[in-house]
Amino acid sequence: MTTASRPTTPEPSDGRPADREPILQVRDLVKHFPLTQGIVFKRQVGAVQAVDGVSFDLFPGETLGIVGESGCGKSTVAKLLMNLEEPTSGEILYRGEDITKLSGRALKAVRRNIQMVFQDPYTSLNPRMTVGDIIGEPYEIHPEVAPKGDRRKRVQELLDVVGLNPEYINRYPHQFSGGQRQRIGIARGLALRPEVIVADEPVSALDVSVQAQVVNLMERLQDEFNLSYMFIAHDLSIVRHISDRVGVMYLGKIVEVGADAEIYEHPTHPYTQALLSAVPVPDPEARQYRERIILSGDVPSPANPPSGCRFRTRCWKARERCVVEEPLLAVPEAFRGTGGPAAHDSACHFAEEKPVVPRER
Amino acid sequence: MATSVELSTEEGGTYSGPLLDVRNLHVEFRTREGVARAVNGVEYSVDAGETLAVLGESGSGKSVTAQAIMGILDSPPGFVTQGKIIFQGRDLLTLGGEERRKVRGARMAMIFQDALSSLNPVLNVGEQLGEMFTVHRGMSRKEARARAVELMERVRIPAAKERIRSYPHQFSGGMRQRVMIAMAMALEPELIIADEPTTALDVTVQAQVMDLLAELQREYNMGLILITHDLGVVADVADKIAVMYAGRIVETSPVHDIYRAPAHPYTKGLLDSIPRLDQKGQELYAIKGLPPNLLHIPSGCAFHPRCPRARDVCRTDDPPLYRVSQHRASACHFWKETLGDDSVPSDDT
Ligand SMILES: Nc1ncnc2c1ncn2[C@@H]1O[C@H](COP(=O)(O)OP(=O)(O)OP(=O)(O)O)[C@@H](O)[C@H]1O
Ligand SMILES: Nc1ncnc2c1ncn2[C@@H]1O[C@H](COP(=O)(O)OP(=O)(O)O)[C@@H](O)[C@H]1O
Ligand code: SF4
Ligand code: SF4
Ligand SMILES: [Mg+2]
Ligand SMILES: [Mg+2]
Repeated sequence: MTTASRPTTPEPSDGRPADREPILQVRDLVKHFPLTQGIVFKRQVGAVQAVDGVSFDLFPGETLGIVGESGCGKSTVAKLLMNLEEPTSGEILYRGEDITKLSGRALKAVRRNIQMVFQDPYTSLNPRMTVGDIIGEPYEIHPEVAPKGDRRKRVQELLDVVGLNPEYINRYPHQFSGGQRQRIGIARGLALRPEVIVADEPVSALDVSVQAQVVNLMERLQDEFNLSYMFIAHDLSIVRHISDRVGVMYLGKIVEVGADAEIYEHPTHPYTQALLSAVPVPDPEARQYRERIILSGDVPSPANPPSGCRFRTRCWKARERCVVEEPLLAVPEAFRGTGGPAAHDSACHFAEEKPVVPRER
Repeated sequence: MATSVELSTEEGGTYSGPLLDVRNLHVEFRTREGVARAVNGVEYSVDAGETLAVLGESGSGKSVTAQAIMGILDSPPGFVTQGKIIFQGRDLLTLGGEERRKVRGARMAMIFQDALSSLNPVLNVGEQLGEMFTVHRGMSRKEARARAVELMERVRIPAAKERIRSYPHQFSGGMRQRVMIAMAMALEPELIIADEPTTALDVTVQAQVMDLLAELQREYNMGLILITHDLGVVADVADKIAVMYAGRIVETSPVHDIYRAPAHPYTKGLLDSIPRLDQKGQELYAIKGLPPNLLHIPSGCAFHPRCPRARDVCRTDDPPLYRVSQHRASACHFWKETLGDDSVPSDDT
């Protein structure tokens, strides 16, 4: 077997359209959940550092994928963006305005523009509401978007947009399959014509064949309505497929972020490399020439993260410096100014390239 | 202990067929809404040391087939209505309850997706592992305990001596799955059925667990039936594949052939619908429609409402498992055309 040469790398670009302003800017976002002891007199004995200093930008019309192992803080970031949790500190700027400081009508106006699609199509829809009521519910909170007399027609349009029969408007969620329910969730997310959709594992509960239908739908809607997506998933292949840029999270922090080809073909952070190397690829021929990095141990508790680099307890390259000094998320010195695809943000003192994704047929 | 049983047939001759041979298995659930035909003539076999991957979407009957093999079908409402499950030469469906129980655990064992609900929450793992040896092997508690520690070390649970007193909920998902593997391995069975053993785990932990399983399988030369819906996991570990749809095997094949050129449109659809890790693709191929309701399986070929190749004959005639080559079979009237779709000579030699 010859080792196939890698395809030529796409233009070195960090995927950020230079001429556009980000629609969302997240700065040093922190969310600690207090750990308390005692029933009557609650004492705080520590904190789960679910999100600990996360920063990123989201540009109009782009998809930012977020990957990472269970418990690393992906859903917490989503909830913070949606204002479902209050940040411990940090800023979330929507078109330059910090939404964590807004309240009342100003907040409501901004929230209209950021909507969410949830993972579980089986539990996220109220079983006692009709599909029409579910999709039209956002209009109760934002009646200015669709006057009462208009709503039924709007909802039917939305059903049509997501590929469901508009006549299903009076049916209940249990009369639909998982993929169809996820379409209903997407229709509801679209009701207020948002600019940003935060999708937390939107296809993880679906079978492969149905997953493809929903992913295609999301891509079509993005083009049609110029939506920005934050797409959270643990399936790295799906994330590559849909994302323009990808952020990798570990224990409450983003450890590497870049354009999809930068992350998948030129990862420089050991955790990203391990994660990618562990993905089973659907090609039996790849067995022979893949090199898998098997990490030892489990993810440490976010209530008590390691000092220095949080990945050091599982990193095969860890040295003394990793214990005492926290690596910052920036272009590593070795690649600074090279302009190559390895020159993207990576929080590792000893960042180096290591191709880990085997080429498929 | 009578060890010769496993090698002799009823007629007294020596058995030389596959370790497990499932023939024309039918299982139905008799529910209030009607009869759900969950398994409709499944055929597959696995040899010692071999890994058979059973692939299919949820509801296709993968787990029910496994439960029938293990003899743990939820009955009623579930009933095996036809077929044979030949294990080491004996049809398990003809065995009495006591004999069946002896096979289960000692000769064949199962690993489930959800370790937390299949381990006993009120016994520590040492007690649960030890029980295998006291009950099945008549060991003293002290001996059993020592064996339990060995087993935990064997599945690479760190600090086994101390962790043996822990309860299942005190382990992480990956460690718990190791405890399940240890339980399954305890009596050194000839066959292990792993039902989505890593579906609930993160990829890095999945890799650890699959590695461990493969290593143990090699060491003990076990047959392994790996049930999964993940085409990546299959490509990584399987020797051969059985693809299920609506309770039937629609394609069986050695692993390399099926990825190179599927002989059934459903398999082809599945392979085409997964995004790739090594490049950014165009729009994904999506199989249209939904898997069938088992109360009303479509006539003819059950896949016909979703099949891009369907013709009139597919609506009326149920395709048999056509033989494609010595080790391949496809339940499609048009398997030749389907193969032709992809059978460009492979260029990776
Ligand atoms: N309300 C809460 N109170 C205390 N801890 C919490 C709370 N919500 C989340 N956590 C903790 O914060 C961490 C991050 O959780 P989060 O749900 O964001 O993870 P995730 O990356 O979405 O994981 P998954 O892939 O499993 O969905 C976890 O350790 C979790 O247990
Ligand atoms: N105890 C049960 N009672 C009724 N129906 C069942 C039962 N167990 C499984 N089924 C049905 O049998 C079919 C096949 O299920 P299963 O084998 O679990 O599918 P999978 O391929 O996802 O493992 C499904 O339609 C399921 O609903
Ligand atoms: S900083 Fe050190 S421990 Fe962290 S990823 Fe880099 S080498 Fe590993
Ligand atoms: S028999 Fe007909 S419907 Fe069934 S898979 Fe083949 S072509 Fe499609
Ligand atoms: Mg989550
Ligand atoms: Mg199952």
